[in-house]
Amino acid sequence: MSATLESRTALWLLGLFSIGVYIFQFAPIVVVMLLSFNASRSGAFPMEGVSLQWYGKLFANESILEAFRTSIILAFGCSLIATVVGVMAAIALVRYQFKGKNAISTLISLPLLVPEVVMGVALLMFLKLLGVYRSFGMLQLGHTVLALPFVVLVVQARLVGLRQNFEEAALSLGANRLQTFREVTLPLISPAILGGFLFAVAISFDNITATLFWKKPGIETVPTKIFAMLRTSISPEINALGTVMIILTILLPLIGGYVVRRFSRGR
Amino acid sequence: MLSPALVSLALFLIAPILFVLIYSFWLRTAEGLDVPAFQFGNWMSVATDSYYWLGLYSTFKMSLITTIACAVVGYPTAYFLARIRFGNKALLLFLLFLPFWISYIIRTMAWISVLGKTGAVNTALMSLGLISEPFKMLYNDFSVIMGLVYFLVPYMIINVYVSLDGIDRNLEASARTLGCSPWQTFREVTLPLSLPGLGAGCMLCFVLAAGSYVTPRLLGGPDTLFFPDLIYEAIISQLDWPTGAVLSVILLLSLGLLVAVYNRFMSLSDIYQSFAR
Repeated sequence: MSATLESRTALWLLGLFSIGVYIFQFAPIVVVMLLSFNASRSGAFPMEGVSLQWYGKLFANESILEAFRTSIILAFGCSLIATVVGVMAAIALVRYQFKGKNAISTLISLPLLVPEVVMGVALLMFLKLLGVYRSFGMLQLGHTVLALPFVVLVVQARLVGLRQNFEEAALSLGANRLQTFREVTLPLISPAILGGFLFAVAISFDNITATLFWKKPGIETVPTKIFAMLRTSISPEINALGTVMIILTILLPLIGGYVVRRFSRGR
Repeated sequence: MLSPALVSLALFLIAPILFVLIYSFWLRTAEGLDVPAFQFGNWMSVATDSYYWLGLYSTFKMSLITTIACAVVGYPTAYFLARIRFGNKALLLFLLFLPFWISYIIRTMAWISVLGKTGAVNTALMSLGLISEPFKMLYNDFSVIMGLVYFLVPYMIINVYVSLDGIDRNLEASARTLGCSPWQTFREVTLPLSLPGLGAGCMLCFVLAAGSYVTPRLLGGPDTLFFPDLIYEAIISQLDWPTGAVLSVILLLSLGLLVAVYNRFMSLSDIYQSFAR
């Protein structure tokens, strides 16, 4: 009896501790959102009344809007390529048996462990050797490599959980491999493909370190734009931009999660 | 089917990294041109410069503190998440990963508004009359570690959680039946079984901390020395690519060595598993 009481107290303490950790995770984000409505010009505390003026300034700032456009084009472009290449690799890794599979799995996950700075330097140097300089194309290529492992991992996880019965049934009923893939496998894994795509978009949209190495001076993505703005000082405009980014980046996985769940329930 | 992925990784990841190694032996001429060569001049000049050694030491020291802090903060939280039977566990896990999705630069920048002279903490303490002068908490090694722990702790929690969640509960129950106290059960059964997750989390936190550029740059002070920053300075600011190549190889090799040692004792796949969740 005393032991259960003891462990219950322990769980309680752990619960309190965990609440603290959650507050630790959310408080800074709340601070940014709060400050974005601050009427004061300093961009810091104390709050001097509520105002939407910084949002107005933000949407009138052409260079920030330009950064948004760059980021969006970049994110969708590279995610499209990463998804196509990644889905193919995931299918091969799950559905086929061959030598050196583990080594290839490790290789594909490598971008997760190589420090981004090193990847930044490496691609920059290597492409210069080939006559390509810091540019949008380099960003596109680099982001694709960065996003690839995430697509593979997401799709792989879904494929592993998928029993092969459906595919075998289709094959035995006379469908050829291509038909089976198009009519059975693809619809079954489409939620995961979308999930992987959105994951890739998020990775690219959020990337800053490698981007700083690859971007041409003058081209800014949203994160590098914020980084450059922070060098001068924290203006309330950045807090407004931060809030917009927070809402965007939360919405994306929410929509993704919803779509994935909806699709998988519909079956 | 695999070839597009393999070709792109070979061409745009493996080959470039190998090329950095080659570049580190190239010769910088008096005109500032880098010509192919095999000489150890760049390596010698980095190796004899104590500044770089200090940078490596400081980076590893701060990354180690960060990793330990992540383990101390993350393990109990993961344990709690794995053990609760009430409430919406999926929601709690989702909430944990919400900040994870939010832009990294925004989350890092937020700490300026939290720790700064007119930040949330100082404003609150001063308006409560607890302090009369603002604390100096920002732009030093403390704020860098704070920022690193902040963005790395979810990695730790999820890795430990996955491993705790996979433990057969009967093992703990048996230990209790056989007379272990709850604490003994934890120490003798649960903790050892969760070590793979803890190890994976620690390694991931350390590698990501030591490789970060933006957090030390934004939250660090003039005395903060961080290795990725030295690389950026060499490559982008000073355009001294041979030195930058040497520094990149040093960072990659030292972290790679760590990963290899880890992989010798535990499996790397533990880490990837948690990503796929």
